[in-house]
Amino acid sequence: MNKTVNQKAWFLVLPVLLLVAFNAIVPLMTVVNYSVQETFGNNVFFWAGISWFEDVLRSPRFHDALGRQLTFTFTILLIEVPLGVIIALAMPRKGIWVSVCLVLMAMPLLIPWNVVGAMWNIFALPEIGLLGKTLNAIGFDYNYTRQTGDAWFTLILMDVWHWTSLVVLLAYAGLVSIPDAYYQAAKIDGASSWAIFRYIQLPKMKRVLTIAILLRFMDSFNIYTEPSVLTGGGPGNSTTLLSIDLVKIALGQFDLGPAAAMSLIYFLVILLMSWIFYTVMTRDEANQ
Amino acid sequence: MARITLSQLRHSYMANPVDEADWALKQLDLQWDDGGAYALLGPSGCGKTTLLNIISGLLEPSHGRILFNDEDVTHLPPEQRHIAQVFQFPVVYDTMTVYDNLAFPLRNRGVPESEVDKRVTEIAAMTDLTAMLKKRAAGLTADGKQKISLGRGLVRTDVNAILFDEPLTVIDPHLKFQLRSKLKELHQRVSRTMIYVTHDQTEALTFADKVVVMNVGEVVQIGTPEELFDEPQHTFVGHFIGSPGMNVLPCDIDHGQAVFAGQRLETANKAAQASQNSNEIGVRPEHVRFSSTGLDARVVKVSDAGRFNIVEAECGGHSLKVLVKEGAEIPSETAKLEFIPESTRIYQDGWLAGRRSAP
Repeated sequence: MNKTVNQKAWFLVLPVLLLVAFNAIVPLMTVVNYSVQETFGNNVFFWAGISWFEDVLRSPRFHDALGRQLTFTFTILLIEVPLGVIIALAMPRKGIWVSVCLVLMAMPLLIPWNVVGAMWNIFALPEIGLLGKTLNAIGFDYNYTRQTGDAWFTLILMDVWHWTSLVVLLAYAGLVSIPDAYYQAAKIDGASSWAIFRYIQLPKMKRVLTIAILLRFMDSFNIYTEPSVLTGGGPGNSTTLLSIDLVKIALGQFDLGPAAAMSLIYFLVILLMSWIFYTVMTRDEANQ
Repeated sequence: MARITLSQLRHSYMANPVDEADWALKQLDLQWDDGGAYALLGPSGCGKTTLLNIISGLLEPSHGRILFNDEDVTHLPPEQRHIAQVFQFPVVYDTMTVYDNLAFPLRNRGVPESEVDKRVTEIAAMTDLTAMLKKRAAGLTADGKQKISLGRGLVRTDVNAILFDEPLTVIDPHLKFQLRSKLKELHQRVSRTMIYVTHDQTEALTFADKVVVMNVGEVVQIGTPEELFDEPQHTFVGHFIGSPGMNVLPCDIDHGQAVFAGQRLETANKAAQASQNSNEIGVRPEHVRFSSTGLDARVVKVSDAGRFNIVEAECGGHSLKVLVKEGAEIPSETAKLEFIPESTRIYQDGWLAGRRSAP
């Protein structure tokens, strides 16, 4: 078959190209541009090379924020993934309760993120919030605006409340797709419930769990709105995660160079970690 | 090892069945001898999988009892019945090796590892899986996976019966024959009771010593493949078994004899009196021949089926099929047809007229 060569066809791709350019390439290149220049205002820029990158990578402030970010992300992953799987396993597979459970589960996902932050901010206030007041009433000295531990506890609780549903829904989707024959065969083979989980349910959920972990990793690593509304990064800097720190540098201090360099490093860290996660989790399938 | 007895078994998926049609399984009394090869044959939705699940314990019947030897197992869960089942779609534990898959039922029952190894090696050799023991089960083809499912049933020494639920559905046609012969061979070697559910008559007739034919929740006939072919107890059996199926033609009854197309026919059985609902004669295409005397017929169509020609003819306003050996002469247009009397039967309301008792 002869293929018609028509270079004019490239014009058909042009709209998409423009769209991508304006919402991805141009902004990203602006950031790259800022990251290698210094300015003293008046829109006058000087070439700065990679000095911003060196500064950011050496700065204790960045190290601390990155450390807090990693702690936050891994803590919520360690809680949300097992918890999500347990809830999904406990959910009914048939009957009217299925839709009730699904709607209940989807609820937190439908609430705007800043509303989630505001809700928890008020909910956890020690003097008037239901959670804060109850905790104090039963004898805990709880105040998330002053004590680091309490701030972290509230932050993690909020994220678990907000996002475990996502893991539940994905894990549930994986579970219901397992044909009955597997359970029947396992029964006949005399498998215990643990063996059924270990050799049937978990392997069959692996793909959706990979996606769940990746999504939760990326989202939690990027998280800004909820902690910003809840604690604003405080008390002190104790809950200042990477994105909050970045906004402080870029918009608070207006240090465009360091902020741009930090964004790029931030971006590369997420990319690298996602790649590692994905490679490790899909290694088995590649081996076959 | 056990004789399986089903006594007055009925099952409905509904909580309160009212209608006869609400029953997935109507009254059933059956006895299966130890070590036999049985097939449950019937069209989709006839209740054969329901029956199989009741035997394996995945389903509890609404009524009736199941006995293994003389032990009532009606309310026992599957793992206590010592049953193995091979499903329509291969079930393997993906993350395990073939070896671990075969060892799984034994390990779950706390069999010592040395014994496990002995059994697995033996069964792997029987099912041609030895070369693949170390491979991950997920990487095998569909027939390999079905062999694993089968192997998991064979590996246990305490199995009363192995149940097959249309196990060849997902197997490539050219491997079906192979796997079927393998099954037959294994049955002869281990002499366990095997119950094979299928809607494919070839599979049923080649595998089983005795075939149970089911239709709409009811057993219509139990018999050897020869009996099913030669003496169908119900028009359904005649039609379902054989290719092409039996000719079933409406007739009148006069003094116990069938009258078709204005002629009195000699038949193998007699009808006591005419039925209100339906009176039919059944004769297989193999047992109809062209002759110089007999019923007037008109040849409509001839199709070549290899060693036979299938002739479609019209006789007494009804269409019927005649099987003619390759090379034999086929009259064109008008002809005369003769039904072999020993193989022509009268059926009333679907059932063979004057049959001694229900199956």
